[in-house]
Amino acid sequence: MQSLVIVAHGSHLNPESSAPTYDHADTIRATGAFDEVKTGFWKEEPHFREVLRTVEGDEIYVVPLFVSEGYFTEQVIPRELRLDGWDVAEWDSDGLSADQATLVAEDIDREVHYCGPVGTHRAMTDVIVRRAESVTGDPDVGDDFGLAVVGHGTERNENSAKAIEYHADRIAERDRFDEVRALYMDEDPEVDDLPEFFESDDVVLVPLFIADGYHTQEDIPEDVGLCEDYTEGYDVPTEVDGTRIWYAGAVGTEPLMADVVLERAADAGADLGAALDDVRETTRVATGD
Amino acid sequence: MSEPAEESADSGAAPEPPDIDLPSDAFDAVLDALSDHTPGDPLRFEGFSVAPDLRGDIDEDRYVLADGDRRTGLTEGELHEALAERAPAVTDWYAFERVVGEFGPRRAFLRWLEDADGATVATRYAALAEGIERAWGELRITATLTDRGERRYDVRHADDAGVSVDELDAHEDPLDARDLVRYDEQGRYRPLKTAPSLAGGWVFPELGPRDAYEAVETIYPATVANWHREREGELDVNHWRETMARQSGIYGVVKTWDRGEGYEHVNWVAEACCDDSQCLKRREWEYDDETDLDVDGGDGAFPCREPCSVVVSAARKWTRLESEQPRTYEFELTPSEKEQVEDIIDAVADGRIDEIREADTKEGANRYRTRFLRAKLFDGDGNLAGVPTEPDENDEE
Repeated sequence: MQSLVIVAHGSHLNPESSAPTYDHADTIRATGAFDEVKTGFWKEEPHFREVLRTVEGDEIYVVPLFVSEGYFTEQVIPRELRLDGWDVAEWDSDGLSADQATLVAEDIDREVHYCGPVGTHRAMTDVIVRRAESVTGDPDVGDDFGLAVVGHGTERNENSAKAIEYHADRIAERDRFDEVRALYMDEDPEVDDLPEFFESDDVVLVPLFIADGYHTQEDIPEDVGLCEDYTEGYDVPTEVDGTRIWYAGAVGTEPLMADVVLERAADAGADLGAALDDVRETTRVATGD
Repeated sequence: MSEPAEESADSGAAPEPPDIDLPSDAFDAVLDALSDHTPGDPLRFEGFSVAPDLRGDIDEDRYVLADGDRRTGLTEGELHEALAERAPAVTDWYAFERVVGEFGPRRAFLRWLEDADGATVATRYAALAEGIERAWGELRITATLTDRGERRYDVRHADDAGVSVDELDAHEDPLDARDLVRYDEQGRYRPLKTAPSLAGGWVFPELGPRDAYEAVETIYPATVANWHREREGELDVNHWRETMARQSGIYGVVKTWDRGEGYEHVNWVAEACCDDSQCLKRREWEYDDETDLDVDGGDGAFPCREPCSVVVSAARKWTRLESEQPRTYEFELTPSEKEQVEDIIDAVADGRIDEIREADTKEGANRYRTRFLRAKLFDGDGNLAGVPTEPDENDEE
């Protein structure tokens, strides 16, 4: 019996924090690729500490719904899941290449496949592009458009910036958008000065965050100048200093994220049948014809 | 199943079990089990057993049924007839062995609902026909039986007991429960699923066994799993000290709150957060494995095995606040004002603010009374009685 466990941060304060986790779990559940799909949280329930005891299967894939490798994926989750013998060296990662480690979870005395975070998977690049398609309503968006991929920066975690750069570089290589830039909230180049970094009249701004919350709904819109005060809201697009900014909100809410979760499990050996194709098809942006 | 089953109380005799038709899926499951049968290990039902009849070289399958007597050479048709006469026992086997399955928490919970490890099939089926009600946190779960021996479960808020299904918002998918638990009656986010603030007005009117378990585990995550471990004597309790010692990052500071000077601070935490008025889990964790807390752990059906993330987050705040040294401030209050301050603290701590009527100035925590107190006692900087929080505040620029 094959089980998927999606683990995410969750929130004591923000009711929307768990929404993408539940949505992607539902998308994957509908494919039938797993006998069960469970969700566990750091700040909600079931907690990381107790989620595995709700799992029935014997082939268990744990996928962290986090944007980068770091404190949560390397320390908190393995500790709270009680992965026996965990050492970050198990992943042998350069900060972007964590794939999976198979360890016994002491809580249930069964092996689990502990996967790398969704945010650093190569398939995440497609989700960022898809997010740009969603927010512009144009499945071919790219010509005459710039794309800004935005993240925290290195202040708390050097791998955070690595993930942003990785995806920005990959998108740039595709020559789809006129310009692609990696921007940060707490270091240069700063998202506050977005219009300075682009020549294009239209720029899609995609924050590499899992859920909408303080950073994506308050911080970034105000910093970029989409609004004076986030409570006033903003239009998409909004013109700032001559640049039309198409603000996409957290990339993690994009339905195609379910595909990255599946890719992580597949890389760790899960048998998915046609689920990957199903998810790519069902989460497409409508072309209108 | 919206009417409460109260009539059975006045009949002295044991209630009659209902008539059950043996469904073909249950019979097919029996045949399937017999085809995988291990010699010497008959398929056991309550009151009888069945095994393949392996004697001789008969072309078609034959069966043996033993119920004190022993009937051999039964054809499939004769077996069906015999099992149809014993449909309650067969459907009971089918329900638990094939529908519910082996997974420990689910199986134990669904058997507990109808006391399947204590009462006979006849007693349980009679009770299920009337409806067996169980409480789980704020839930009321009513188990019933179809005439095919299938369990059906009505899951709703206990406050909605006896309300017609038509008057409630009915759901079929147990995962719908995620949306039912997110906000309380006043639309406030519920960060703790086991807080006694579950909103009502909804019902899962007829869930199957697996979905009933799923709904309960969605409304109160991992509570069945922990209850099951506790029943098995395997609950892994992590006490306050070890839980705080494990914390890292911004929560690492909490371990410094334990200074080897007793555990009174943890009593206060438990009284603040873990009381039954705040959380329905029964606190089983203590200060450490040798030192029990002095406050009651509560009466909940399901255990709490370690300080939860809400407690850890709050403890982080208290660790910082409690590192401050007390100071002596001098205020002048009338006796009634002192009591009013106490009333306000009580009202906030007990969540009673919304119950205090706008014009009820007898209540110390009444809004007008409180605004009057502020108008009278606060200075322009919001300092109580004009006394600065920092003693040298008035000297600063």
